Amino acid sequence: MKPYRYERAEDISGAISALADEPEGAFLGGGTNIVDLMKLGVSTPDVLVDVRRLMSDDIEETEDGGVRIGAAVPNSDLAADPTIRTRYPALSEALLSGASGQLRNMATTGGNFLQRTRCVYFQDTTTPCNKREPGSGCSALDGYNKNHAILGSSEHCVATHPSDMAVAMAALDAFVVTHGPNGERRIPIEELHRLPGDEPERDTILEHGELITAVELPPMGFSSNSKYRKVRERASYAFALVSVAAAMDVEDGVVRDVRVALGGVAHKPWRATKVEEALRGEPVSEENFRAAAEIELSEAEPLSENAYKVPLARNVMVRTLSDLSGEGR
Amino acid sequence: MRQRLAGHSVPFLPPGMVSGFEFQEKHMFGDRQFAEGRMFAFPSHYLKGDGFMDAEITLRVDGEEHRLTVDTRTTILDALRESIGNTSPKKGCDHGQCGACTVLLDGRRVNSCLTLAVAHDGAEVTTSEGLSENGELHPMHRSFMEHDAFQCGYCTPGQIVSAVGMLDEVEAGWTSHATEDGENVSLSDEEIRERMSGNLCRCAAYANMLPAIKEVSDR
Repeated sequence: MKPYRYERAEDISGAISALADEPEGAFLGGGTNIVDLMKLGVSTPDVLVDVRRLMSDDIEETEDGGVRIGAAVPNSDLAADPTIRTRYPALSEALLSGASGQLRNMATTGGNFLQRTRCVYFQDTTTPCNKREPGSGCSALDGYNKNHAILGSSEHCVATHPSDMAVAMAALDAFVVTHGPNGERRIPIEELHRLPGDEPERDTILEHGELITAVELPPMGFSSNSKYRKVRERASYAFALVSVAAAMDVEDGVVRDVRVALGGVAHKPWRATKVEEALRGEPVSEENFRAAAEIELSEAEPLSENAYKVPLARNVMVRTLSDLSGEGR
Repeated sequence: MRQRLAGHSVPFLPPGMVSGFEFQEKHMFGDRQFAEGRMFAFPSHYLKGDGFMDAEITLRVDGEEHRLTVDTRTTILDALRESIGNTSPKKGCDHGQCGACTVLLDGRRVNSCLTLAVAHDGAEVTTSEGLSENGELHPMHRSFMEHDAFQCGYCTPGQIVSAVGMLDEVEAGWTSHATEDGENVSLSDEEIRERMSGNLCRCAAYANMLPAIKEVSDR
């Protein structure tokens, strides 16, 4: 591992200024991903600014009826929180379907959004990878790509975002609150992560030294009728091949409102807005769910080894929406 | 597993920089390990002990306080094994995938291989060895022995600490991916498998670990 300096700032503004003049510096939260990447030589920061103890680890209800989650709340506490479990079950389910008990105890809410792809080439410094080394090429394009993206990829990168939590947050219309050199801002989860385009080295729109300090879940009446369904290669402790987070408001057999996001299919949590548009005001039926899912997936561009993800994503959407509508029982 | 040689002089380095060489295990596929060595350069003052890479920390391990000077790169696992001499937690994958290094950190189970010691100054660490009280084995230790819940034993300290931490999580009412009734958590076989999935056993002694853990939870 490359040598680095460890710093602990007094407060959030101190942490931000500590990174301002350190272009190769990084924040340290729970460390579950960055420490691993440093051991692999993929991340080579020369300064780590520890922010875990600076940020809130509280989960509190806000005046407008939403919930505010401190960025330092461990994944395990967020999953176990009674308010989250009853009002935003998809979020609790997503967290519990990711990683292991040990990792969830260390990983933070803020850090979970910022974990890097598990593309094998990104993690292997002996192979070309545009995300790790811009301009070096993409090894997955014609290589081992069965776990890779089917939507929104580019010729430069076909990696997927690995987070389960972020997929649920996208479906629940959450925002991250950030503090950075240019002040504070609120970013919808949908806009936090980027598609790779010709800059796959940038996972998010965050500037250097911009820190996620909290997450806000808006009040959404029907978020209590939400669900996360994940398909993976083994029963536990594996990344998603495809996952779906959805929330649905049903009245008299009609979809009044719906939110759907997909994981494991793109460089970011994929908000399935075409499914949502197609279903609003329509009667609940497996046929309608299937037709809506197919509209979303009509733009899918599978690679040599991952065409299976197209019908898989369709089926997982249909099943999840059916469960939420009561049709599946 | 890991060797570091620092301070070798290599031509073409800018003034004030020295080079180091690190040899680390890289991947484990089945029983084959691939190793990789890499060169790096760093400022020479890092070697002089003027605080850039060394940190003074205190860890309370199995009830005993230890003051240590650690390189900022040192994980809690390496601090325990190399500095303190507590070899109860094991280095399996060193990447948070196998659970052999599991310890309780301030009461919660974590992978000590992904936990930087410098970030946990003052922390309370409990290893499998420290679960014993007054020379008496912990009930989880005894249950593993009674159920023959291991073969080679390498993953066992991690399994035992993880199981003890896991039972505390159940006690606190934490649900899991396997929980069917969100209100009442009962520790079914399915629940134990799911909650222990962060601990791998290459001898596949899982069949006997399950009843070993179940017996302790039923008490």
